[in-house]
Amino acid sequence: MSTTVTPPAGIERFTAAEDTANIDRLFGARVRRKEDPRFLTGRGQYTDDVRVTGTLHAAFVRSPHPHARIRNIDLTAAGAHPGVVAVYVGKDLADAGVNGIPVGWLLPGLKPSNHHAIAVDEVRYVGEAVAVIIADSAYAARDAAELAVVDYDPLPAVADAEQALAQGAPVVRDSAADNVSFRWEIGDSAATAAAFANATTVVRQRLVNQRLIPVAIEPRACLATYVRATDELTLWVTSQSPHVHRLIMGAFVLGVPEHKFRVISPDVGGGFGSKVFIYTEEVAVAWIARTLERPVRWTAERRESFMTDSHGRDHITDAEMAFDASGRIVGLRVKTLANLGAHLTLFAPAIPTYLYGTLLSGQYRIPAIHAQVTGVFTHTTPVDAYRGAGRPEACYLIERMVDLGARQLGLDPAELRRQNFIPPNAFPYLTPVALQYDSGNYEPALDRALAMADYKSFRAQQERLRQQGRYVGIGLSSYIEACGLAPSQVVGQLGSQAGLYESAIVRVYPTGKVTVFTGSHQQGQGHETTFAQIVGDRLGIGIDDVDIVHGDTGRVQFGMGTYGSRSGSVGGTAIALSLDKIVEKSKKIAAHMLEAAPEDIELTDGRFHVRGSPDRSKGFADISLAAYLAHSLPAGIEPGLEATSFFDPPNFTYPFGTHIAMVEVDADTGQVTLERYIAVDDVGNVINPMIVDGQLHGGIAQGVAQALWEGAEYDDNAQLLTGSLMNYGLPKAHQLPFFELDRTVTPSPVNPLGIKGVGEAGAIASPAAVANAVMDALSPFGIAHLDMPLTAPKVWQAIQKSREAGAKAGGSSATTGR
Amino acid sequence: MYPATFEYHRASSVDDALALLACYPDDGKLIAGGHSLLPVMKLRFAQPAHLIDIRRVPELSGVKEADGALHIGATTTHAAVASSDVIRTRAPMLAEAAGKIGDAQVRNMGTIGGSLAHADPAADLPAVVLALGAELRVVGRNGSRTIPVDQFFTGMFASALAPDELLVEVGVPFPPARTGGAYEKYADPASGYAVVGVAAVVTVGDGGIVQSARVALTGLASHATRLTRVEEAIVGKAATPEGIEAAARRAVEGWEMRESGGGGEAYKANLAAVYTRRALTRAVGRV
Repeated sequence: MSTTVTPPAGIERFTAAEDTANIDRLFGARVRRKEDPRFLTGRGQYTDDVRVTGTLHAAFVRSPHPHARIRNIDLTAAGAHPGVVAVYVGKDLADAGVNGIPVGWLLPGLKPSNHHAIAVDEVRYVGEAVAVIIADSAYAARDAAELAVVDYDPLPAVADAEQALAQGAPVVRDSAADNVSFRWEIGDSAATAAAFANATTVVRQRLVNQRLIPVAIEPRACLATYVRATDELTLWVTSQSPHVHRLIMGAFVLGVPEHKFRVISPDVGGGFGSKVFIYTEEVAVAWIARTLERPVRWTAERRESFMTDSHGRDHITDAEMAFDASGRIVGLRVKTLANLGAHLTLFAPAIPTYLYGTLLSGQYRIPAIHAQVTGVFTHTTPVDAYRGAGRPEACYLIERMVDLGARQLGLDPAELRRQNFIPPNAFPYLTPVALQYDSGNYEPALDRALAMADYKSFRAQQERLRQQGRYVGIGLSSYIEACGLAPSQVVGQLGSQAGLYESAIVRVYPTGKVTVFTGSHQQGQGHETTFAQIVGDRLGIGIDDVDIVHGDTGRVQFGMGTYGSRSGSVGGTAIALSLDKIVEKSKKIAAHMLEAAPEDIELTDGRFHVRGSPDRSKGFADISLAAYLAHSLPAGIEPGLEATSFFDPPNFTYPFGTHIAMVEVDADTGQVTLERYIAVDDVGNVINPMIVDGQLHGGIAQGVAQALWEGAEYDDNAQLLTGSLMNYGLPKAHQLPFFELDRTVTPSPVNPLGIKGVGEAGAIASPAAVANAVMDALSPFGIAHLDMPLTAPKVWQAIQKSREAGAKAGGSSATTGR
Repeated sequence: MYPATFEYHRASSVDDALALLACYPDDGKLIAGGHSLLPVMKLRFAQPAHLIDIRRVPELSGVKEADGALHIGATTTHAAVASSDVIRTRAPMLAEAAGKIGDAQVRNMGTIGGSLAHADPAADLPAVVLALGAELRVVGRNGSRTIPVDQFFTGMFASALAPDELLVEVGVPFPPARTGGAYEKYADPASGYAVVGVAAVVTVGDGGIVQSARVALTGLASHATRLTRVEEAIVGKAATPEGIEAAARRAVEGWEMRESGGGGEAYKANLAAVYTRRALTRAVGRV
């Protein structure tokens, strides 16, 4: 199966039913999203849209210092401001027994942090809360917050991981005096050393994978209510995983019984990982609502989002790749400093270790790999999972190193990749970094991408343009990712404090309508449509007869939430397993009604019929009605039609593909224009091609932005310089070409739906593709590597340096002809 | 996100606006589109106690042709300027530049008068009106006066507009025959503001000799600035690539670079020259 892209035709129709009227199978159909009418017409119900009478508003007083001791906080004037109901400092919460936020993934020897909801005694990053004002309006709360008088004793601070490890660097916390939270390694050090000793060519490069800021369109928000009479606490919060929120906040932070604590996460406007974690504001708001017995709410301002949403990436890596004389990769050695920020958030230790080091084999058969990762505390915003979470860092590293290798060896980068691919007959393939790839066939995706790019013609054209002083480049990225997180037993052995299965209840009503209660959630993924397609496809009913309920611990049994491209493969499979149970019971009921043996009943086009007798049949609604009437059920069959399943996958899934970026560099100014972007992905079976395309578009846009524009910058005093949309280079539609997508399909064997997952693929593959393209364009200048983002000044300066060196040497460094 | 408390006044006429301005000489602020003012108010960097909204004053909006010039009302939006047939005919560079401001939402709200009065060092229109030789009509308590655009921009966020005055109209003289204009902008990838923008208006006489030129730069200096050295270098010379290149090399002369963004002085100096060359080249091509 392959899809081609047609330009967007505008939104002519709204109802999903119309889209599905003439299709053979719902699974695999390009169905318009059921949720879009409400989003596109402003009727979404986000946390900030929830209204509760008598709600109070919270405003946080935040540290302007990256590191300081708090000498005193005077809230007298703030507390006296009209409309203010209460004011709190960190000690108030700590004294009341509110614990710091724990880390959910432990590594051997890990030095944890204790992230108080409101800082006690010391602040460790700019934006850390030091007090909270509760008032009867958001305006009064902010006005009063300006009246808070905080006496700080500013201390030296460090933002850079390398500098944080230097002798005499400012210390983030005394429990880790060397600023090291953990040291971790994977692979075979001795075998890798031997491989390097025998190699004919070694490429070495220091690579900085810069810090990114997620910037979901909906800022983080929360609203808490408490009813003393029933001791029930309810928290509406922008969460990707409300059950995890409830478990950790209830059991570990607030000490609230789980069955008296409801977490509701209604529509969520983008997360990219940043809404997985438990945040301090949510803890404070929930505790205050319980303390005051009044509803309390908070919604982040955009500048608060920049300072306090978990950041992503931020690696400094020394990488070495070794080749033999024939161009085979024989070894990879990696040393990475991972900047963790000032505190460890929920998954922080897992991201630069098990989601990074284990992916360092890429699509290649590399006999020996060794990676060491040092997790470093700095006086910066905490760093955790951000779209791809460790895997983009791994992909960028491998794909840059392969390109550098190709350049050093004088080989074509596409052919070097092909030569080193794990062959299709080697699957399941065990890498030297602990993963067993489920399935793969890498050459067809590469070939298709090269054909779409017309690679050979491009190379000829490139040469002609260079003669005219124009610099175009092409870059490949053959990526792999591990998603469908994850086998609980495996992650448990690796330090996860939770399992990573998913649950689903499929509830059929007497009239044959269906509600699915899923532990997955959505922040834009379109599950209300794709999950309904799974149900409609299996039961032979329309997707408008299926509702998906998620994001509410009061309605959904349990769930691990949505991240790590896991919802289709894990959450979707849990639904499919429940559907199997529904079908099995339905067949028994149908057999009873049709006076046939259950094993002779077949389900075709939404009707249960006797094999060989299509006219002897019952519709799904006939069965459901019979199940609930219970006037005549087969012996041993209970009334009702509902099934519960928990699916724990036996392995990760491994989507892969090849992306190609084509760029032109303006040598006069250093500006890079992305001219074309081609992506051939293999995400296994596809439930809804339109939604998969959309996921890829968004991910590619984010990755292109990392390559060209985005990057959190701190100054030497650890002040965040890129704290707003005025200076943080979020991608805009007009900066991007229309993406050209195609797919190959290699179904995953680890789940019955054959799904691999797609949520992160675009963001994983694209930074390397774009960076490789820019470096290809710059090759006439002898520029082998520049760190992202490849901003115009950075590129221009590199070109200038090359030209000046060329001029000095009297050589013929490339010059502009324009 | 949550500005400090302020009082909102809606002016119904220019006189009404002036009267309100006189009432609040110290803590009143005019607002039209609000796309420069509101963001700084939301950050509480600006906390005016009184906002005087002139957006609905009818006589301040619209485009007319009269007396050999375009007359553009101060509250005419960027979108209206960009799509005005009259402006596209008489001063295509102005329409083109207005269409490059921010994004569609900003252009639908932001106004030409607001952009000029605000005098942001990285705004597009100040350079454009400088190159067009515009005249700015302002009114105050003591009547109206016309400020030649060369005297208007005085510093970063500073203009010749007195605190009690209101900018009412931008006059753009019709260009002479054989004149072309172009605005070349490098937009900051994050903000969309001009890292550098150069507007050039060139009149070419017989034999391809440049008779007159007005070239202005925005983004790199503390305020939009005429590039007089470039103008001197091109006038009287042939409008050839070599002549343009030689003139553009003088783009960094006669003004001081402000501290802004990254890239360093050499990079910015190069940008000034490259964008001057491109603006002149395109302007000459449009003659």
